[in-house]
Amino acid sequence: MNSGLAVKGVGESLLIHVPAGPWDEVLASLLQTVVDGGEFFHGAKLGLQLEDRELGAADLGRLRDQLAERGVNLWAVLATAQGTRSAAADLGLALDMGRPSQRAMQPDEPIETELPGDAAVLVRRTLRSGHHVHFAGHVVVLGDVNPGAEIIAGGDVIVWGRLRGVVHAGAGGDQDSVVCALDLAPTQLRIAGQIAVSPERRGAAQPEMARLRDGQLVAEKWIDEHRR
Amino acid sequence: MTARIATITSGKGGVGKTTATANLGVALASAGFRVVCIDGDIGLRNLDVVMGLENRIVYDLVDIIEGRCKLRQALIKDKRLSDLYLIPAAQTRDKTAVSPQDMIRVVKDLKPDFDWVLIDSPAGIERGFRNAVAPADLVLIVTNPEVSAVRDADRIIGLVEAEEKGPPKLIVNRVKPEMVKRGDMLSTGDILDVLAIELIGVVPEDEIVTVATNQGSPAALDPRSRAGKAFREIARRMNGEDVPFESLESKDGFFGRISRMVRPGGA
Repeated sequence: MNSGLAVKGVGESLLIHVPAGPWDEVLASLLQTVVDGGEFFHGAKLGLQLEDRELGAADLGRLRDQLAERGVNLWAVLATAQGTRSAAADLGLALDMGRPSQRAMQPDEPIETELPGDAAVLVRRTLRSGHHVHFAGHVVVLGDVNPGAEIIAGGDVIVWGRLRGVVHAGAGGDQDSVVCALDLAPTQLRIAGQIAVSPERRGAAQPEMARLRDGQLVAEKWIDEHRR
Repeated sequence: MTARIATITSGKGGVGKTTATANLGVALASAGFRVVCIDGDIGLRNLDVVMGLENRIVYDLVDIIEGRCKLRQALIKDKRLSDLYLIPAAQTRDKTAVSPQDMIRVVKDLKPDFDWVLIDSPAGIERGFRNAVAPADLVLIVTNPEVSAVRDADRIIGLVEAEEKGPPKLIVNRVKPEMVKRGDMLSTGDILDVLAIELIGVVPEDEIVTVATNQGSPAALDPRSRAGKAFREIARRMNGEDVPFESLESKDGFFGRISRMVRPGGA
């Protein structure tokens, strides 16, 4: 987007990072971004990352109305400035992307039971040598990942089948990412910055999950965790 | 008659595509089918050598495509089997002289006069491979019991699937049963584990093939050749016959196990 505003998906909502600079200009490019985005933004729950910018309730209220005119629901404001936070809270806006602020919660509002979840791609086939999947979120494969195939995911990688190719979970540096497979025998396994190769298989294949524990890559049999 | 079109390919070179094409051509023609083999390896022709027809070449595939001869003029009749023909590759040109559409057109013209058109694909995954696969109804993947050949076969299977040619079938060539038994060679089961496609034949390593190839007389013509027998069985399976996968060694050898593993699935 040429207006230079970074948009990213968080759960079911969109988060826009609002850069520093005169508010008039920033506001204009923000509205332009929304207009340029067209259908992408339509009906979206929008969060704004304002950092330490000071905005009063009047500014925020006007912004909310202007976004509403364009079909966008301003839902949360992420700010460190105290004035902005209290103005946002007064307007009933959430102060983080996780859940609405306490003040916004109406007494008769039902408890939120729907989990937003994370973005993932489903690959419903076997990945053969030369195939590769690159995705910023999680990757789920229903099939095998053969030697010579490659998966690079920003989040977790789950393979319902044999995993024998190269796999990188948490490629953006997320140390909490995991790799699970019914038969975990990758050519090379990476989580965030750690790299490992599969040890020699002893006995029959079992479902396993690889993760980082104290900075070390470990693979654990799924059954262990299940019994614990 | 409407011919079925089978393309023999592998990705990796030297696994026995040309030998398989020549032998399947001979096996099908011996069984009474009218067969034409096309050498798709423009610039590096050798199917004619393996079939022993090198000295009869006047026109080639590129001559047909560029209109320098009629289709019939480039068909070389085999010296042993009256129902077997060859269209040789051009030696002086490269694969850019042929397009996938050219191949589809040539094969379409051949279809009414034959039962089978076999296309010998060049190694690699470039233009020549795409030319060879474009007209295919059936793709036969040849591999050897080696990790690198299996890896390339896997890549090729992915490309064939992307062309929506239907599931290809697998020929495992140059298997040494004794080595597999000792655990020194990939077994057919190991290969099928990775490739997960239907097996259509397992061809044992056989010195007769080397001799026959050099003499231009495919092993499928030799009743003593174990490889020749395997190719004749593949030819029967290509025509829908249910030929059991025979154990090449003892009853409990790995071929016995494979046949039990593979047969019930059918697919």
